[in-house]
Amino acid sequence: MAYLSQIAFIAVLGVAIYFLYKRISRIKKNIQLGKALDRSGNTSERMKTMLLVAFGQQKMFKRIIPAILHLFIYVGFLIINLEVLEFVIDGLFGTHRFFAPYLGSFYGVLMNGFEVLVALVLFSCVAFLVRRNVLKVPRFQSAEMTSWPRLDANLILVIEIVLMFAILTMNATDQILQGRDAGYYATGSIFFSALFIPLFEGLSTGTLIFIERFAWWFHIVGILAFAVYVTYSKHLHIFLAFPNTYFSNLNAKGQMQNMPEVTKEVKMMLNLPVENADAPAEIGRFGAKDVNDLSWKNLMDAYSCTECGRCTAECPANLTGKKLSPRKIMMDTRDRLEEVGKSLEAGGPGLEDGKSLIDDYITREELLACTSCNACVEACPVTIDPLSIILQMRRYAVMEESNAPASWNSMFSNMETSFSPWKFAPSDRFNWANDINKKQS
Amino acid sequence: MSEIEYKVPVMADMAAQGQSPEVLFWVGCAGSFDERYKQVTRAFVKILNKVGVSFAVLGPEESCTGDPARRAGNEFLFQMQAMSNIQLMNAYEIKKIVTACPHCFNTLKNEYPELGGNYEVIHHSTYLQQLINEGKVKLQGGGEFKGKKITYHDSCYLGRANKVYEAPREVLQALDAELVEMKRCKTKGLCCGAGGAQMFKEPEKGKKDINIERTEEALETGAKIIAAACPFCLTMMADGVKNKEKEAEVAVMDIAELIAKAEGL
Ligand code: SF4
Ligand code: SF4
Repeated sequence: MAYLSQIAFIAVLGVAIYFLYKRISRIKKNIQLGKALDRSGNTSERMKTMLLVAFGQQKMFKRIIPAILHLFIYVGFLIINLEVLEFVIDGLFGTHRFFAPYLGSFYGVLMNGFEVLVALVLFSCVAFLVRRNVLKVPRFQSAEMTSWPRLDANLILVIEIVLMFAILTMNATDQILQGRDAGYYATGSIFFSALFIPLFEGLSTGTLIFIERFAWWFHIVGILAFAVYVTYSKHLHIFLAFPNTYFSNLNAKGQMQNMPEVTKEVKMMLNLPVENADAPAEIGRFGAKDVNDLSWKNLMDAYSCTECGRCTAECPANLTGKKLSPRKIMMDTRDRLEEVGKSLEAGGPGLEDGKSLIDDYITREELLACTSCNACVEACPVTIDPLSIILQMRRYAVMEESNAPASWNSMFSNMETSFSPWKFAPSDRFNWANDINKKQS
Repeated sequence: MSEIEYKVPVMADMAAQGQSPEVLFWVGCAGSFDERYKQVTRAFVKILNKVGVSFAVLGPEESCTGDPARRAGNEFLFQMQAMSNIQLMNAYEIKKIVTACPHCFNTLKNEYPELGGNYEVIHHSTYLQQLINEGKVKLQGGGEFKGKKITYHDSCYLGRANKVYEAPREVLQALDAELVEMKRCKTKGLCCGAGGAQMFKEPEKGKKDINIERTEEALETGAKIIAAACPFCLTMMADGVKNKEKEAEVAVMDIAELIAKAEGL
């Protein structure tokens, strides 16, 4: 009998690991569809950024209420997972509360600590559900928050609530069973779950053991299923926030990424010396039409996005009613990448399916509305850079398709002919100095 | 007040005489051609003259840094512009550049090095702050702006793009003015709507123009002067104030103009 449950546990764990492994390798392959980009070096600064922004939640604290609620869930997640370690050991070896005998009375203290976190997580999840569904905080209601993203967000919160209740049920029944000498290890009273004891006290020992076991299984299977679900959800940020902040851009935000392939051609046109001039020119597109034209970091950004909308809430274009939403840029990039990945996995055409990120997902109107103000980049709690994607797509439109608004085309030709974006004679450039000694009004 | 004869030395002449200035003043296209912004250029040059800084301008040899072309997506044009500017400045052995335009500042400072142009680049707000700190610009009792309510509009390319938030504010503080902040300022400052080559096209369809939104916020502070440190911001905010028919009460001015005026230049 005991072996049966161990075998069942190993089977469940195996299935979860299999699905996780498959899914993680898919995501990795998808991210690797992106172009190379050097984000190595500067290890200590990168570590610092990761510790501050991901581990320390630094950027969350620009909005204090969600920051605190989120912090509860985040700390709860980190620490309650220690308990999952015990679950796994118990499951594999058929033990019960493996650590309890070793830790003695300290075990009870630990359990009480965990339950404080459980209570805080519960509180935060409920508060978040209220913010999304009752208070209807505006940034969760924008156009790109269609039914799936909203459902995803709510599902995660509900699952977390249910999982927390499973822990409390398990601990409550366990405490009753400890009193009934059913071979349960005495943990001492655990404050929060003890509140639930009256609910179960009248039940028979057999029923209680069933409920306790059921809650245990429910919690561990739930956690494993949740882990798999997360990889399909915006909730992936719980893992990707770390590498994503580690590899974030350390240059000034205003600096646009250079295009060395263009530098080479320009140098040749100007008769300037070119290093390794005979190296075959890199064949590829200028700018980004589809996800594989973006860098791997842009794609990792897309998977790290939590759809929180802090970017969009600060975007001047979005605030004044333009179509552009930086959050949508990230969601579209991820949706397109998932579509391509799925197709590749099924042996389908992948990128050659006749669709592309531009037009099928992101429209020209959105791209043209951006002021490159960096408000979105500054606002993102996991240092995602939607602007980089926008600018690469503009490059595609202009350089590959010569598709620019007429007024930009005049700006370009002014610059080509008179070296200024406006139509002025270059010889007039210095005229401002003529009347400097005249009395000004 | 003693009359100063303002001089604007041109790099080509200086080089011909075998001289090199301490700092090159990069005027920028708006500074050269925009009627309103030419006043800012002149104001800054007057300050440089007054302080006695050894400076020069490229004059007719200057050309656009290429910033708007790059943000619009035209990398070829940007690099053509950048390359010829770099060739010119490297030939003159330029070491240090000051500019009043945050877009030029950002491009020269962050984007030219990869193309072979390595200079110490500094924005005029930081430069003015240094002159004030070094006591080279002395504002006796703040001049005519003493106690006046001034709000400062952050330029995206100065602020978020390059983390210059304090220098322009310190310059304004030297005026002994009452500096009031808008609801969205510094890292959260709202764009004027002109960046990313928006200056050179009509805005996309929407409920409102961005500069109107920002102007409303600036007017809410009750400030009589909206200070800017960017030619595009200056234009956008001035248009916004005009749109609200407030141009008689509220002035939109560059920080260099404020200093020059306070000094009676
Ligand atoms: S950089 Fe573009 S997308 Fe980002 S906030 Fe500014 S206008 Fe919006
Ligand atoms: S890009 Fe960043 S700020 Fe925007 S929705 Fe995603 S996680 Fe939030």
